[in-house]
Amino acid sequence: MGKEMKILVVDDFATMRKVVRNLLKQGGYENIVEAEDGVVALRMIKAQKIDFVISDWNMPNMTGLELLKAVRADAEVSATPFLMVTAEALQDNVIAAVKAGVSNYIVKPFTSEVLSEKIANIIEKMA
Amino acid sequence: MDVKFINAFLEGTINVLTTMAFVAPKSGTPYIKKDSVASGDVSGIIGLTGAARGSLALSFSEACILRVVSNMLGEEITVMNHDINDAVGEITNMISGAARKILESSGLSITAAIPTVVAGRNHSIVHVLGGPSVIIPFSTDAGLFVVDICLTEQ
Repeated sequence: MGKEMKILVVDDFATMRKVVRNLLKQGGYENIVEAEDGVVALRMIKAQKIDFVISDWNMPNMTGLELLKAVRADAEVSATPFLMVTAEALQDNVIAAVKAGVSNYIVKPFTSEVLSEKIANIIEKMA
Repeated sequence: MDVKFINAFLEGTINVLTTMAFVAPKSGTPYIKKDSVASGDVSGIIGLTGAARGSLALSFSEACILRVVSNMLGEEITVMNHDINDAVGEITNMISGAARKILESSGLSITAAIPTVVAGRNHSIVHVLGGPSVIIPFSTDAGLFVVDICLTEQ
């Protein structure tokens, strides 16, 4: 998977989705789709070929952690790389995400370079 | 208010705006504010509990927030709209997170509520503790904003 992979950005704040999209574009990623919460995201992951998920932690309806667990529980999509975005690296949250099978996490604020590096590291580990 | 709180919010503010919006805010001399009238055109407010209780507010002038959000989104925003309010909430959340991370390393664990955003000339910033608050003024190439903190250590 390279820069052409389809990345799903999940965040309930439309502005934050635009910010992440902007940072991804700066990193050379152009194939980006968006979802406003975990429920919509899970539907998209099951219906489309999503190569990579970048999800916020705090969301209504279905949190990032609940989305991660749902993805990992579905054999058809369970291997999808999953990067969790959080406003704070609280230890309990990190442990819960790792236990649920998160590929990595990133703490806001972050630059395009750091985001691209996190994505590349996850893809490299999968290869 | 202990200077460690002021320093954490000052550092968090500079970190978030430099990283996400590519603006370099310069801080001025902090002062005490006794009334609730906001100095900016749009403000984000977030409640804090734990090792310290109270609230943090950020209040941006129109020119400043238009530049900040334009930079964050990578597109020119020229009017105050829903995107601006959305972004102010997210910026408030991120600055709160960045400052709390700094304070956590000093053994002060603080949790935050969900931010609210108020817009319009001469709107009010109502702190959880009522006030007075400490204002840290910032200037940027595009305009002014302030960080407005009203906290008490538990």
